[in-house]
Amino acid sequence: MAATSTPLPQAMIQTATAAADWVVVLPMALCLMGAALLLMTRRTRMFHAGLAMLFVVAIIACETVLFMRVMADGPVSMTMGKWLPPFGISFTADLFGAGFALTSAVVTLVLLVYMQMDRAPADNRDGQFAMVLLLLAGVTGSFLTGDFFNLYVWFEVMLIASFGLIVLGGRGLQLDGAVKYGFLNFIATTLFLMALGLTYALLGTLNMADIVERAPGANPAALAGIAALLVLAFGTKAAAFPVNAWLPASYHTPPAAVSALFAGLLTKVGVYALMRALVMLFPESRDLLEPVLAAIAIATLVIAPLGAIAETNLRRAMGFVVIGGIGVVISGVALPSAEGVAGSGFYIFHAILTMTALYLVAGLVEKVTGETDTRRMGGIYAANSPLSILFIVVVLAAAGVPPFLGFWPKLLLIQAGLARLDFAAGAAIDWTGLAMALALLVNAWLTLIAGTRLWAHVFWRAGSEGDRSEHQAARVRPLSQREGWLGFGATAALTAAIVVAGLMPNLAFETARVGAADFLEPSRYIAAVGLAPEE
Amino acid sequence: MDYVIAALIGLFVAVGVYFLLSRSVIRMLLGVTIFGNAVNLLIFTGGRLTREVAPIVPYGQETIAGAANPLPQALILTAIVIGFSMFTFLLVLAFRTYQALDADNTDNMRLAEPEDGCRPPLSY
Repeated sequence: MAATSTPLPQAMIQTATAAADWVVVLPMALCLMGAALLLMTRRTRMFHAGLAMLFVVAIIACETVLFMRVMADGPVSMTMGKWLPPFGISFTADLFGAGFALTSAVVTLVLLVYMQMDRAPADNRDGQFAMVLLLLAGVTGSFLTGDFFNLYVWFEVMLIASFGLIVLGGRGLQLDGAVKYGFLNFIATTLFLMALGLTYALLGTLNMADIVERAPGANPAALAGIAALLVLAFGTKAAAFPVNAWLPASYHTPPAAVSALFAGLLTKVGVYALMRALVMLFPESRDLLEPVLAAIAIATLVIAPLGAIAETNLRRAMGFVVIGGIGVVISGVALPSAEGVAGSGFYIFHAILTMTALYLVAGLVEKVTGETDTRRMGGIYAANSPLSILFIVVVLAAAGVPPFLGFWPKLLLIQAGLARLDFAAGAAIDWTGLAMALALLVNAWLTLIAGTRLWAHVFWRAGSEGDRSEHQAARVRPLSQREGWLGFGATAALTAAIVVAGLMPNLAFETARVGAADFLEPSRYIAAVGLAPEE
Repeated sequence: MDYVIAALIGLFVAVGVYFLLSRSVIRMLLGVTIFGNAVNLLIFTGGRLTREVAPIVPYGQETIAGAANPLPQALILTAIVIGFSMFTFLLVLAFRTYQALDADNTDNMRLAEPEDGCRPPLSY
């Protein structure tokens, strides 16, 4: 082994990272440090809630700076450990990643306030706030990472934190849900790991920007196999139709605030990873798999809200609405025009806010009635009409009724579907686009039926099912002052944010447009990482 | 050599999936472990198998030929740690579930999805 005479290419980063670039990793670092601090100080639990909120506010500040920077200058990247990009682990924030990370942190802050409503300081010993921060670390890391293996690591961080949160309290119901949630999600991440191993074997790299450059030269059949494995893995994480059964089996078992956190963040990370992998990393394989993706999207869109209509347990019905939202995002992956991807990104933003709000309202309803089954609820309209307004607003937003937030992404996606139709005489009809647009409309219609029907049962019906009395159910109790201020206040604030964002969607539209352009044509992303864009 | 290991990975996956299809939680745990090890072996093989030279560049030289690939080893080390912690959690969870629900068979775990749960409501 003689030493080569030609000089080796540069492999190390010689200059220090610019101070401004640290905002890319600071959110995760703050989450992890905050969680560690809370665990270390578990004896002084008086301050835990306040500390956790303080950390999340700091994270929101970091991510706002990051988002504004990405908006102004394009993707920002930072590579760890002084190795140059294809070797070192990169964190790369593009507009979608930064935007979703910011939205997740805001939602987490709302949830931390909501959690205060029925917790005494003595309860903080269980480490709930530390686990919420760890979950946020996993979610933020998944959104901001620029390395495929690192994405797996953040998935597992998120998963182990969610395991902790779902069993906290240890009731039989929660353990039952946790068994199903735990096994199926762990299998999904193991499948993802398998796809990673194959990607490395095929391409010799795991850096996302490097994968984008090398994938076109690889064996397309092998690449399509990897992409199919990724569809299964991320589809399970996101609860897309044939592999969705774990979600309605587990999401209603923990306390309402925790299931709101899950519904808002976890499945969205799964579907975001699906989008990232198929639209940006392996677009050729996506084209091959398009019929499969279209079938998954249509089946999820139509079947999930039917589940919501048939279900009587309030939070399980909400779970089916969450699954329907996943179908909306996948329909954008199946129609990857600029509008389709923008619609998907916009919908993820909407779903993080709206699905969380849906579960928060459901938690308040359960608190007021003391029941979880809608068959035994009824008559809250008279006792607590503000709650009924929140419920109907969130339902309308989730279904996508025009002035509300859910309408805009669905509009983009239906436009993307109809844009594939060629009305020129003699042109073949593109059934995929047409079927997708119809499925989106059917989904909105069925979700509206499911939601308004729940509203009618819970709020409008005088008493519980079969009850002929004109008097409202006796068990309905008013919210205490603390529950009113913290629980109802947090929910109302989130709902107000949804309404305002729906009435002024320009920023979200602009973000979705630019983010989608970067997804479909990732040269700015590659340049930010520091690899030469493809000639 | 690669083909032998590939066949072994296939066998591991088959055994893992077979155990995962069981209703018994303990068998599922065994399946998860075997499946996880199949994936670790796959990453290892994906990095090309060599058994000649350790990936340490000798003093005074800049490159090394024919060395084992160190990256899959790092990846697998991460995956083993994560997989082990997940396995531990699921093991404790299985035990607690057995205590709380008196069930090792997933068919008997019906608290979260009660058998009479999905009858549509009568009104409207």
